[in-house]
Parts: sequence; structure tokens; C-alpha cells
Amino acid sequence: MKYFIRTLLGATAVCALASTALAETITIATVNNGDMIRMQGLTDDFTAKTGHEVEWVTLEENVLRQRVTTDITTKGGAFDIMTIGMYETPIWGANGWLVPLDDLSAEYDVDDLLPAMRAGLSKDGTLYAAPFYGESSMIMYRKDLMEKAGLEMPDAPTWQFIREAAKAMTDRDNDINGICLRGKAGWGEGGAFITVTANSFGARWFDENWKAQFDQPEWADALNFYIDMMEESGPAGYATNGFNENLSLFQQGKCGMWIDATVAASFVTNPNDSTVADKVGFALAPNSEGVEKKSNWLWAWALGIPAGTQKEAAAKEFIEWATSKDYIELVAEKEGWANVPPGARTSLYENPNYKDIPFAKMTLDSILAADPNNPTVKPVPYVGIQFVAIPEFAGIATEVSQEFSAAYAGQQTVEEALAKAQALTTDAMEAAGY
Amino acid sequence: MARAVTTQRKSINTLVAWVIALLIFFPILWTILTSFKTEAQAINDPPLFLFFDWTLENYAVVQERSDYMKFLWNSVIIAGGSTILGTIIAIPAAWSMAFVPSKRTKDILLWMLSTKMLPAVGVLYPIYLLFIQLGLLDTRVGLVIVLMLINLPIIVWMLYTYFKEIPGEILEAARMDGASLRDEILYVLTPMAIPGIASTILLNLILAWNEAFWTLNLTAANAAPLTAFIASYSSPEGLFFAKLSAASTMAIAPILILGWFSQKQLVRGLTFGAVK
Amino acid sequence: MATQHSRSAARFMMAPAVILLLGWMLVPLTMTLFFSFKKYLPLRGDSLANGLDWVGFDNYVRFVTSSSFWPSIYATLIIVGGVLIITVILGILLAILLDQPMWGQGVVRIFVIAPFFVMPTVSGLVWKNMFMDPVNGILAHLWRFFGAAPVEWLSQASMQSIILIVSWQWLPFATLILLTAIQSLDSEQLEAAEMDGAPVLKRFWYITLPHLSRAITIVILIQTIFLLSIFAEIFVTTAGAFGTKTLTYLIFQRVLESQNVGLGSAGGVYAIILANIVAIFLMRIVGKNLDA
Repeated sequence: MKYFIRTLLGATAVCALASTALAETITIATVNNGDMIRMQGLTDDFTAKTGHEVEWVTLEENVLRQRVTTDITTKGGAFDIMTIGMYETPIWGANGWLVPLDDLSAEYDVDDLLPAMRAGLSKDGTLYAAPFYGESSMIMYRKDLMEKAGLEMPDAPTWQFIREAAKAMTDRDNDINGICLRGKAGWGEGGAFITVTANSFGARWFDENWKAQFDQPEWADALNFYIDMMEESGPAGYATNGFNENLSLFQQGKCGMWIDATVAASFVTNPNDSTVADKVGFALAPNSEGVEKKSNWLWAWALGIPAGTQKEAAAKEFIEWATSKDYIELVAEKEGWANVPPGARTSLYENPNYKDIPFAKMTLDSILAADPNNPTVKPVPYVGIQFVAIPEFAGIATEVSQEFSAAYAGQQTVEEALAKAQALTTDAMEAAGY
Repeated sequence: MARAVTTQRKSINTLVAWVIALLIFFPILWTILTSFKTEAQAINDPPLFLFFDWTLENYAVVQERSDYMKFLWNSVIIAGGSTILGTIIAIPAAWSMAFVPSKRTKDILLWMLSTKMLPAVGVLYPIYLLFIQLGLLDTRVGLVIVLMLINLPIIVWMLYTYFKEIPGEILEAARMDGASLRDEILYVLTPMAIPGIASTILLNLILAWNEAFWTLNLTAANAAPLTAFIASYSSPEGLFFAKLSAASTMAIAPILILGWFSQKQLVRGLTFGAVK
Repeated sequence: MATQHSRSAARFMMAPAVILLLGWMLVPLTMTLFFSFKKYLPLRGDSLANGLDWVGFDNYVRFVTSSSFWPSIYATLIIVGGVLIITVILGILLAILLDQPMWGQGVVRIFVIAPFFVMPTVSGLVWKNMFMDPVNGILAHLWRFFGAAPVEWLSQASMQSIILIVSWQWLPFATLILLTAIQSLDSEQLEAAEMDGAPVLKRFWYITLPHLSRAITIVILIQTIFLLSIFAEIFVTTAGAFGTKTLTYLIFQRVLESQNVGLGSAGGVYAIILANIVAIFLMRIVGKNLDA
């Protein structure tokens, strides 16, 4: 009898625990990219499996960043899960603002995460955010125009080849620009692109003593090359083009080549939106002749849990669901394999169903070719390819890229832009106490 | 002869005015038109004006993705609440400035206006920390208070200029008849100032509805109004003009309709004492 | 009329508004002042709870010596000035036009005031993407239709573009106030002048314009208050590039993008000073028009 009562009590306790666990509603801040929108649409599957409800706060990338950063630094507690990138994660993790994801379940199979992604989202070996999707950058080009120009795209072209090819493909009377690239100000837009381009010309942001390097010739080479090429073969107004602007140009058939995020591949090959869906080829991002570093970046959008949330357990359940192998299967089943979140898991690239996707291999190769620990030819004190993983970088790089954009628009010379970049970077680093 | 000239002149006026009005209205019209196109049609070259396959798809997508009614309701509560609260606080203040002016009245009024010049982004951290302390983060109450404070100077000023145009003798007569101060304001002053109060409320509804800094930065899931709704449609990856247009149309439609219906009141009262 | 009794009643009635605004001004202002003398880098782990280091006037010095400071003041003044000039001049012309007899006056008026109801974010996005885009924008199509090369609005005419967008938003406001003022103009006076053979321009200059001066004052005053702090229009279009970084935007960059709250707070104090200078300046010119 006593035993029975104990069991009964135990059972009620378990029930009570279970029911409190069931009652959670978690608030998730996320960016309005296609893969996240899809995730939002599939939330019911998560609720059905765990009983937790989800409130979404979906914001445009820049607004999201300012929103979550304000909240995390003030410990506002407005969100239970934040969507953050490879730049924020290690910095926030080091400050103890994120819940370490070191106790994920065995079936989650954390070792299946692509090593580059896992490393980029960890600080001192501890994972602080789980990758939802990952990307590098690569060349997307029009096979038909390339053929027309009598050229063949190698798997790993150089910048010099790209420039020649762009010139050959350009046909401004018919509204075809040989190459479309980002020029828009902002560290995550044109700033990221020019940084990787500079890497592939042998430049770097800082030397080992954190001294800004814009006064070095490699930067001038990279900028001059970029501007000359865009003047020859780029679209009008490229100084304000970012990912989206170039995407719509490419989809309308107005670009011969476009070097950008690997996730763009699924957009440009989607016949619903793209007029050139069946004519797109892929190649590795270029490097300058004689420089071994390629101009491809590495990025992941990841889910992290702010330390101090009351709903840590439920938030972890969500992260395990959203970044799991099952989730990929779920998306594949509902939306097809081309639309699954790419670049996060090794197993995806071993999946025979995914191998048929035209851009799968090049995406993986690009990701594997990126090394955030050794991003440049000369040694640097920082981690990160298209960014420098220090808190000051976003502010500095946005201002620097504004100077560069002004140079693209012809409002100042490359020398002036670089001199200003050098001065403002030095000033900001000094303010930060380097 | 004179009649003919008038008709001719009226025709010219009409033509010119319509052309200019349509020009000014065109961006809104274009947004509304674009919201009925597919994404591909939205960037068609040449642009499509009326002859395309009209579709409601964008509205369906937007509604499926975000719970429009929730954002709308928050906007209504926040804009409405802050305006009403502000008006209630402003009426007595405006009364005393208009009917019992002192040497400092003008200074106080200008000082009130100057509080509006505080750049919002400069005080984001202080306000955010304060909101956390007070538990107001992501609450409608918090936003009602903030927006009320932001618009209070304008409300006080507008009301003050109306009240000043009301002859003091009428209020005095009411007082002679034994009306208390409360009665004087509630039953004599307020009814006379209805047009002014109406346009004050309208103008501040518009300002509060469109406020996009605090409403975005102090909310998460619970209190987010339409400005946050818009922020989830601007510049995503992929083509977005049509969906952005649909979301924009949904965000501005309520206030646009309200504004159109009440434009007579708005116009009548929007003088700020400039009419003598 | 102002008896002792009503004076104290007046003070009592004014108290809620004054106290609330005083609190709204003083609390953030005090905190801003406090932060402006501190090293406060949230991403470096600085927080109120951990205590902040006193750095004296470092932030103030750094803010003004930055190469972006004077250009930002310049950009602010140009945008505010440009928008004021455009909205006042076009507002007067539109108000006169709308005051004329015509068919469909109500509809015309509705169309003209509509931009005022549009959220700044929305109007920024619509103008940037659907009008000023050098490839897909309507303006580019228009330019090409007439055989001209499309203008790269947001990079090559960035200031003009921002001024255009903001003017579009505020023109209705100016027009409405000026229209109400014009409607109150004694038409007999104008007709008398017309009889006397005074030409249109003279009538406008000597009768209409003086009559409008108070309304113009109001438009300038209110718009300046709002224009000094425009943000969304720049945020979604140029993001501060191409010389469009206003003081407000610079503070935004310091506080949110660079995450340097101390430096941004110092900028905030400068912005308050600038706003007050502008306000005093305005009062000087317009004060006599405004017998508040």
C-alpha cells in the first residue's frame, strides 16, 4: 500500500513536471530569409511533437541585429531564442551571454555538423549556437552567354579570367552586364564582398599588432581591380547593389556572372522566379593570379539561447528540432530537396537524394575551401573571413564600406577612400583600447 | 462671356490640379497595384500598369505568414491609447495656458516642444534599461506611455491655439452662473473646441501610427504593431516587391481610410493658430 | 480674469503635463549625460551592474574629432533646409491651386494629403526599390523611354533623393496648414486689388504672402522638429552612405552599430545642443510671428 502511494505520488509529480514542461510558449527572433520563413510555416510539426507553442518575431536582417544586440547586452530577456550569425556567436559566447549547447541529445548527432560551421559557432571548443543553414560564396554564371563568348569556365578561375570573361559577355545594348557584384555599403553587404576580394589579392584588415592595413598596396590593388572591372562590365548603379538587387538582376537575365552566397543558387535555379533557371553553372570563387587564398566566405545563420531565459529546456528542444536531420527530411518531403536548409550537416551531402541537386557539390566544395582561422595570405590576429570576430568590427566595417561605396560611385578616389578607411579604423581601434 | 471664362479657368484648374494630385499620389497607387502582381510581374520590363493577371496571392501569403489582425490590434491600441491619454492630460494644461496666461506660458510651451528634439536613438539604452526595470518591455502599456509622452507637446500646443480663439467671456459667463472649473472645461470649453480636439486627435493618431523607432525597439512578440509587421517584409532574400507592397498596403490602409474619411475635420482644425 | 484662485488652479491643471514631460526629459537626459562620461562598450561586457569607468570628456572629444562629425552636421542642415524650402514653396503653390474652383476638389485634396499617412519606413522602401532603382525603378524606365541614361539616384544624387522622399512625405502637411490659412483670406480684399488692376504676382506678394506668414512660421517650426530626427528614410535607403549621414544617423551608428554607448551618448548631448541652437534661431526669426 505504502509502495502504491509512493508510486502514485511519484506519478503525479511526473505528470506535474510534464504538464509544466508542456505549457511553454517560446519567443524566437529570426531573420526574414526564405529558409526561416519556411521554418515558421512548419512550426506546427514542432508543437505537435513537443507541445510547446512558438511566437515568431521575424525582422529584416539589419533591424534584427540591432534588436537582438540591444536585448542581449542589457539582459532584456525579450527572446528565448535568437537567430544570430557566425560573427556574433563567439563574441556573445565569450561574454557568457549564450547558453552552451554542450548537452545535445545523442540522436541530434552533433558530430554530423560540418566542422567549419561547428568551429565558427564555438568559442574555446564549446558550441554556443546551432547552425540552421550555412553558406560560402561561389560564382554563378550563365552557361549560354559563356558559350556565346567562346569561353569555358574552369572549376577554379582567377580574377583575371573573370574580368576577361565579363568583358566578353557584356552586351549593354541588350541589357546584359558581364558581372554583377555587391557594392552596397554595410559590413554584411558590400563590406563582406570587398573583404573577401581583398583576401584573394593578399590583403588583410589588421596586422598582428591590430594595426589597420588600408595603407598597404594590396588593398589598393583589390579596390582598383574591382572598380575597373565593374566600370567595364558591371550594371548601372552597382554601388547600391546588395544581395537582393543582384539576385533580381540575375533572375531577369541581366547578368553574365554573379559571385555571391551559395544559398542564392536555389533562387536562381528556381523556374518560378528565375528566367534563366536552366542556364546556370557554378564555379569556385576566384583568386588573383599568384595568390593562393580564394575569395569565398563562410557564414552560418544559427539559433542561440540567451542566458537567463526561463524557458531554456523548451528552447533547446526547439533548436534540436529545427537543426536536426529530421527537419531536413521534413522540408524535403514538403518542399523538395532543393529547398532544404543547406550547408549545416555532413549527412545532407552524403544523401543520394541531394546529390542530384546541381549546386550541391559546388556549395560543399566552397564551404570546405573556406578557413576562418587562416583567412589571409599574411598572418592575422583575428578569426573570420569576411569579418573580423571582434565587437568593434561591425561598426568599423560599415563605415569603411561606406567610404568604398562612395569610391565606387565615383565620388572620391580609391586613395581617398583608403586613407579615410585607415584613419577611421585606427581611431575606432584606439577608442576600443587596442 | 464672364461665365465662359470661369468655366475655362475652372477646366484648366481642374486639369492642372488632377495631374499634380495624381503625381503626388502615384507612389501609393503604384504600391497598391504592385501588391496585386506576382513577384515576376512586379519587376517586369516594361512596367505593367493595369494589364496583368490580378492576383490576391500576396495577401494570402502575408496573412498566412503573419497574424495581421494581431499587429493591427496592437497598432490601434497603442496609437489610440496614447492619443486619448495624451489628450486627457493636455486639455487642462492647454486650458490654463490659454485662459490664465502668465509671463512664462510661452517659455513653457516652447520648452515642451523642445523635448521633442531629443534624438530617440541617443536615449535608446537609457529607455531600454528603464523598461526592463519597470517590466514594460514588449507591453502595450509601455508603448502607450512612450508615444503619449512623445506627442504630448504637439497635443498641448494644438489645443492651446484652439482654446485661445475661444472668447474668454463665454467661460467667464459660465463661471458667473456658478459652474465649477470642471464643469467649465467639460461642458462649456470642450464642446466649443470639438473641431480642434478632433483634428488634434487625428493628427496624433497618424503620428503615433507611423512611429517606427520605439515601436520596433521596445517590442518583441506581444506588443508589436504594424511597423514591426513591415520590418518582416523589407528586403528578405529573393524577390519581394509584390509581397512588400501587399504588406505595405495592409499597414497603411487603416490610417489612410481613416484619414480620408476625416480629412474635412483634419483640415478644419489643422491651423495651429495660424489663422487669424 | 486671472484671479489668485484661477492662477493656482491653472498651475494645478498644468502640473500633470509639465511633470510628465519634465520626467520624460530629465530621466533619459540624466542617464545620457551620465553615460557620456563613461566608457560603456556593451559588447566588451560593460554594464551598469558591473560598474562603468569614468573617462571624463574623452567621448565628447572623440565624437567631434571624428571625420564624420562635421559632414553629419552639414548633411543634417542641408536635408532640413532643403525639405523646408521645397515643402514651403510647393506647399504655397499647391494651397493656392487647391483653393481655386475646380471639379472633384475633394478627391484631389485626398490624393494630395495621402503621403502624410504613409509610414516613413514604407515610403523609404517604396521609393528606393520601385522608383529609384537604376535598373527596375519606374524612374529608370521613364528615363530610358526618353532615351536618357537612368540616374543612379541613391548614389549619385543621394542628398537630392533623400530630400525628395522626405519632401514627398511632408508636403501634404505644409499644404494643409497653408490651405487653411488661405481659405481664411478675405477674398474681397483680393478682388478689390484685382479691380485696381494689380497684377497676379503683386497681389500674391503684397496680400497673400503676408497673410500666410504665420502659417509658414508654423510649418517651419513643426517640420524642423520632426526633420531634425528623421531616421527611417535614411536607414532603408542609403544607410548613411554617399554623404547622407545625418547627426541622428551618426549617433545610431555609434550606439547600435559600433556598440559604443558612451560615445553615442556624447553624440546625443551634441544633438540636443544643436536642436536647441536651431530652436533659438527659429524663435528669433519666427518668434514675432508667433504671439504665443
